[in-house]
Amino acid sequence: MKKIMVCIKRVVDYNVRVRVKPDETGVMLEGVKMSVNPFDEIALEEALRIKERGTNAEVVAVSIGVADTQQQLRTALAMGADRAILVQTEQPVEPLTAAQTLLAVAKKESPDLILLGKQAIDDDANQTAQMLAALWDRPQATYVSKLAIDGAKATATREVDAGLETIEIDLPAVISVDLRLNEPRYVKLPDIMKAKKKPLDVIGLDSLGVAASTWLKPVKTAAPPQRQKGILVKDVAELVDVLKKKGLL
Amino acid sequence: MAKILIIGEHDGKTLNPSTHKCVTCATGIPGAEITVLLLGADTAAVAAQAAAIQGVNEVVRVDRPENAHPLAATFAPQVAAVASGYTHLFGPSTSFGKDLTPRVAALLGVPQVSDLMAVEGAHRFRRPIYAGNAILTVEADPARLLVATVRVASFAAAPTGGSAAIVSRTLNVALPTHTRYVGAHTGSTDRPDLQTAKRVVSGGRALASADNFKILFALADKIGAAVGASRAAVDAGYAPNELQVGQTGKIIAPEVYLAFGISGAIQHLTGIKDARTIVAVNKDPEAPIFEVADVGLVADLFQVVPEMTRLLGG
Repeated sequence: MKKIMVCIKRVVDYNVRVRVKPDETGVMLEGVKMSVNPFDEIALEEALRIKERGTNAEVVAVSIGVADTQQQLRTALAMGADRAILVQTEQPVEPLTAAQTLLAVAKKESPDLILLGKQAIDDDANQTAQMLAALWDRPQATYVSKLAIDGAKATATREVDAGLETIEIDLPAVISVDLRLNEPRYVKLPDIMKAKKKPLDVIGLDSLGVAASTWLKPVKTAAPPQRQKGILVKDVAELVDVLKKKGLL
Repeated sequence: MAKILIIGEHDGKTLNPSTHKCVTCATGIPGAEITVLLLGADTAAVAAQAAAIQGVNEVVRVDRPENAHPLAATFAPQVAAVASGYTHLFGPSTSFGKDLTPRVAALLGVPQVSDLMAVEGAHRFRRPIYAGNAILTVEADPARLLVATVRVASFAAAPTGGSAAIVSRTLNVALPTHTRYVGAHTGSTDRPDLQTAKRVVSGGRALASADNFKILFALADKIGAAVGASRAAVDAGYAPNELQVGQTGKIIAPEVYLAFGISGAIQHLTGIKDARTIVAVNKDPEAPIFEVADVGLVADLFQVVPEMTRLLGG
């Protein structure tokens, strides 16, 4: 294991209550706190643990997005990534474009492993890892909650609807991580200082020969229908009574 | 006219209801002609079940030993080979479909629309974003194959009673050997399936232990319900991962959802907002779950659950 590439997406922070713009052209992003996609943080943590287990693999954090995405890559460097690459574009990036871009980076970097979150908490698309694995013509293990590397092979336990599934894959491979794989470390102040000196390359999307295509046209973004506020009951007997009257029990 | 290919989900014996729901979604597209594709080691039994779904015109079977387990790397090139000539390719938004369809889309060089929740036209759909805090209407290029996953909680299962033709196909597709199935650990249970159950009893971190979860199982068994859990309860090890309900777990739409000791994080609520009736029992009157609950009771679940089980007995 010489090199691990971790893909990072800049998203609205997990704790922000997202609101739709009144003109329905999108969600309000002005002044909103932006963070590393929480699933990608888990992916980075796993890469760092593989490195620290003695492989001493180089960990490269890669992101695609606006210039300010450097903030999230600095966070990744502070967590422990060795260097970072920002593929800069002002255009919105759909999963297929992201996968094509990450493929171009992977071809240059030749990592043994690519780790990323199973989905981003903004578009909830859950596509990029699978698309990247297909374009790279390499194995994929999605929704991974346990990972063991053994030479040129990996054994991955996946969280699936029926429970857990284990697969064995040859490396290089793409792994999309699930919540319970690990708990990401906290960044300490000295690490933030150190991160400022680590290399962060910025390249243009077009320099990779990828066009930021808009494959899917957004028509409008609306607020979801609100549920009516319900009633409070005083005790269990009344609760059972209400549910029986509704024909639910 | 729309020629729609649906990737059927099954375990070799039973067709997953997610397939019936994909059919309902597909029938919403004007002029839909629907084919269900089944890959497996032996799909004879599940092909008969798929052929009986109303609205299905044709069932295509691709049987080969390598298809014994649904590995995306093995299935994707076969699905891609069958997909040419279709206008739409649908898979269920289950762990099976979410793993597989993006790999197929990328092989075909087309984008994917995830989690269709409503059909507005042959190439115009609604889907949830930001954990369901916004609903995006999106339009895809009609000149390309449209690949999508169907949010199963948004559609009822198509009824049976049909009799589609069943065709077996042999595909000349080289399959990778870089991905191998090792095994599965599934919580086998006699209880209803969480994703299709009419009633769901669910618990949160307040349950405080895996042992305490047993009181929920007792209530669930009394009323014929499936059991669910919040992410906090699963993270703490009180319940297995397959019970998790929410943005990153299962999205469900039961007739009644009974939430015990669940505070109601946004990520959890997105998994239950299609439930017809939400019942919340929580000690904390300020818990956000009460904002969406149809019926609420501010009380200690450790008193409420056994008493409910007793009142519903006999």
